Amino acid sequence: MSTYPLLSLAIWIPIVAGLVVLATGSDRNAPLARMLALFGSIAAFLVTIPLWTGFDIANGGMQFVELRNWIPRFNINYHLGVDGISMLFVVLNAFITIIVVAAGWEVIQEKVAQYNAAFLIMSGLMNGIFTSLDGILFYVFFEASLIPLYLIIGVWGGPNRVYAAFKFFLYTLFGSLLFLLALMYLFINSGGSFSILEWHKLPIALGAQIWLFLAFLIAFAVKVPMWPVHTWLPDAHVEAPTGGSIVLAAIALKLGAYGFLRFSLPIAPDASHELSGLVVALSLIAVVYIGFVALVQADMKKLVAYSSIAHMGFVTLGFFMFSAMGVEGALVQMVSHGFVSGAMFFCIGVMYDRVHSRQIADYGGVVNKMPKFAALFMLFTMANAGLPATSGFVGEFMVILGAVKFNFWVAFAAASSMVIGAAYSLWMYKRVIFGDVANHHVEELSDINKREFAILGVLAIATLWMGLYPQPFTEVMHASVNDLLRHVAISKIQ
Amino acid sequence: MFDNFVVPDLLPAAPELFLAFMALVILMIDLTVKDRRRTLTFALTQLTLVGCAVIQLGTSTGDVVYTFSNMFVDDLMADLLKLFLYMTVIMVLFYSRAYILDREVMNKGEYYVLALFATLGMMVMISANNFVTIYLGLELLSLSLYAMVAMNRESVTSTEAAMKYFVLGALASGLLLYGMSMIYGATGSLEITGIAERLYGGGVNKSVLTFGLVFLVAGLAFKLGVVPFHMWIPDVYHGAPTSVTLFIGSAPKLAAFAIVMRLLVNGLITMAQDWQAMLVILSVLSMAIGNLAAIAQTNLKRMLAYSAISHMGFMLLGITTGVVGGDARFALNAYSSAMFYVVAYVLMSAGTFGMILLMARAGFEADNLEDFKGLNKRSPWFAGIMMMLMFSMAGVPFFIGFFAKFAVLQAVVAAGYMWLAIVAVLFSLIGAFYYLRVVKLMYFDAPLDESPLTAALDMRILISANGLAVALLGIFPQVIMSLCAYALLRSL
Repeated sequence: MSTYPLLSLAIWIPIVAGLVVLATGSDRNAPLARMLALFGSIAAFLVTIPLWTGFDIANGGMQFVELRNWIPRFNINYHLGVDGISMLFVVLNAFITIIVVAAGWEVIQEKVAQYNAAFLIMSGLMNGIFTSLDGILFYVFFEASLIPLYLIIGVWGGPNRVYAAFKFFLYTLFGSLLFLLALMYLFINSGGSFSILEWHKLPIALGAQIWLFLAFLIAFAVKVPMWPVHTWLPDAHVEAPTGGSIVLAAIALKLGAYGFLRFSLPIAPDASHELSGLVVALSLIAVVYIGFVALVQADMKKLVAYSSIAHMGFVTLGFFMFSAMGVEGALVQMVSHGFVSGAMFFCIGVMYDRVHSRQIADYGGVVNKMPKFAALFMLFTMANAGLPATSGFVGEFMVILGAVKFNFWVAFAAASSMVIGAAYSLWMYKRVIFGDVANHHVEELSDINKREFAILGVLAIATLWMGLYPQPFTEVMHASVNDLLRHVAISKIQ
Repeated sequence: MFDNFVVPDLLPAAPELFLAFMALVILMIDLTVKDRRRTLTFALTQLTLVGCAVIQLGTSTGDVVYTFSNMFVDDLMADLLKLFLYMTVIMVLFYSRAYILDREVMNKGEYYVLALFATLGMMVMISANNFVTIYLGLELLSLSLYAMVAMNRESVTSTEAAMKYFVLGALASGLLLYGMSMIYGATGSLEITGIAERLYGGGVNKSVLTFGLVFLVAGLAFKLGVVPFHMWIPDVYHGAPTSVTLFIGSAPKLAAFAIVMRLLVNGLITMAQDWQAMLVILSVLSMAIGNLAAIAQTNLKRMLAYSAISHMGFMLLGITTGVVGGDARFALNAYSSAMFYVVAYVLMSAGTFGMILLMARAGFEADNLEDFKGLNKRSPWFAGIMMMLMFSMAGVPFFIGFFAKFAVLQAVVAAGYMWLAIVAVLFSLIGAFYYLRVVKLMYFDAPLDESPLTAALDMRILISANGLAVALLGIFPQVIMSLCAYALLRSL
């Protein structure tokens, strides 16, 4: 195991890089700001690679642990570590940050330094969320990450950006404030500890567990987002710039789901069993109903946003099957969704940059003008629909397998989403890409340039790799997921 | 007739004596100052405050020392609060300088002397151990502030604000005095520690005492500016010259906290059940009305006035949870959280009003929300500073405002008042909206006027330091948190 504080580096390199980028100031230095941002994001990605290569897959506990006093007055520690559940997300986050910086390369011409800095700082904060083992440290990163995204949506977003930015911020703040009180309750009841791992062992009565579970549920459900608190997401996505949408879909949505595994299940296992029906029901509504909602969208970004909610429904469904198949499937789905939804939003961004419309009706026959783009977009649409051999298939299939063991009808409802997903994805693709050239905007389209091709190419490789050979992704999860499930199976009521 | 006159121990009150002496000296010296910028007066004032801090550090014993026949107390809580007080006043005067230089009627030596006398009043309040001492300090502070508010005598709104402040302030002082007299009637003592002893002994007329307590709390609520005794806050904050608003909105909160501690905790702790119940109501109402009314404001000073009301309400939460069912083991945690909250609030408030002063020019007040439109275009650096201050006020990490809220909330939860904590966070959520709106104006909107900021270099540096302190103390809040806890541990 490495002696370097890799996790701290993964958090602070992007944040420091972000501050350096910020210092380049006005748009006269834009090329410098872009180069620095790219350099910073690549450096941050490089330090996360040893996390994967040096990861001990037989160990289900925390690895690369760092522990320092932070605020002794309240026994708050700077306590970091990753296990098989969180490690992949740190790597994914660092990877997506490079994509985001590259995605804004030519498109963002105003306040370039601030734009790139916001994404870098956000990336560092999100790594902090995935690696925190102290409740308050987690919360601090969790809430601080709202600030950059609020600014990203509000400054570089579309026409209705102010509304979307406020809705995003206040919705998520509402969820996290109750979460904060839950953390304090645990602090008092654990005899003055904010350590998440201590809380895992803490016996709690059922009534208190249910309250805690509900407080966690509100915080994480808003973030995931689950039906019926999902309404901020389409607004935020539609108004956010392409990079913002990519980060939101690929990483930010994973934070809530991750919270379920780190807080809800292990801290309140009895309440999790007790209330699993509720979560399963909400998840199925997301999968089926939101799938239908996606079907009728006229705006491509909204369509992909709703499809994200449906896919995240699969994730929460998988968690509450309480089987290794379900949880691992959900984790695979999370990583896969990171690649696929990121790519989908990037594809829409590519078209938007040229035509300045996200309406499906404004397109048609794009394949005639952008054949390379159409081919890659095809791959991601298929992955979004969950076609075998793409990453989208693996996770959904595992979750459905897990669900069959749990309850046939749950599995049946979940499986129906494969059909709905194919319907909305492929129908959108058909209307946008195929047919005759619809109007003069499409007539004037030029195919993707080298930069865009490189971004989509890398994402395509990742999608296919996960679809064809998922083992490197799943093998790191086994030990931690099994530990978690063994832990959740034991009652904490005394 | 002077047979039994004993010279009191002057050492514990050395900073007060030094300040009083220097204020008089500066008043005299200022008569000879010809310089329009009054650099000498300004420098002497600042040096006096630095001198006070040095004397404070030098004379502090760390123990509780009484002097002037127990009318005056010097303990670690007083030392710490006074040090914060000096720092705040020094900062405030630096921020105010350019503003008063640009406005001829206010550019007088008296401005600095009044500020010094107000500071002296606050110091006396912080160290008071007797009803009379508290009243003395309070009136010295209030009278100086009335004059400062009215100093811009060409402005109708300032004059109106001063009148309002004076009339309501006098009423509040009356209430406080009435309460004090009743408690004196019930216990036969004016001395705070003496009252505490009488109350422990028992046999005190409870109804007179409770009656007195109600008036006392009402008087304190006036001075703190919490609902329903908050009416003067928006008008005075709005009407006063911004440099005076900055003064009123920062340092006196420290002194108000101190007299709440002296009167209610040191003196009337045995009646905690009674006054805690009153404070809970004041606190919840303040958070509700403060946060809701702030949303409707278009004037930044007025918005910050309502925000101050809600912040004081939040701070009171910490004080209400000290004693639970006769059990005082939460007291230290609760009171030190409230103290940390006040210190954090004063730092944020000074920075925010400082920003308004920074944006102001000769003949132009930047006190409307619209004046902050597009600040990010005009000056990304100061937009960033203001953004940090706003997020800190809203209680978003990594800023000190978050840990202030955190400290108070954990005290509330520890005392078992979960419902109160839920109410508090819900109102903070509402509060977040109007702070976010300021950030929105600065970052999302186009500027109304493109002129660059003209503030002087020292002002820029100090505001920047203030903003960065809000961020740095948010990342490392331990020092001040434990200082507050330690000071109270040694003083209670």
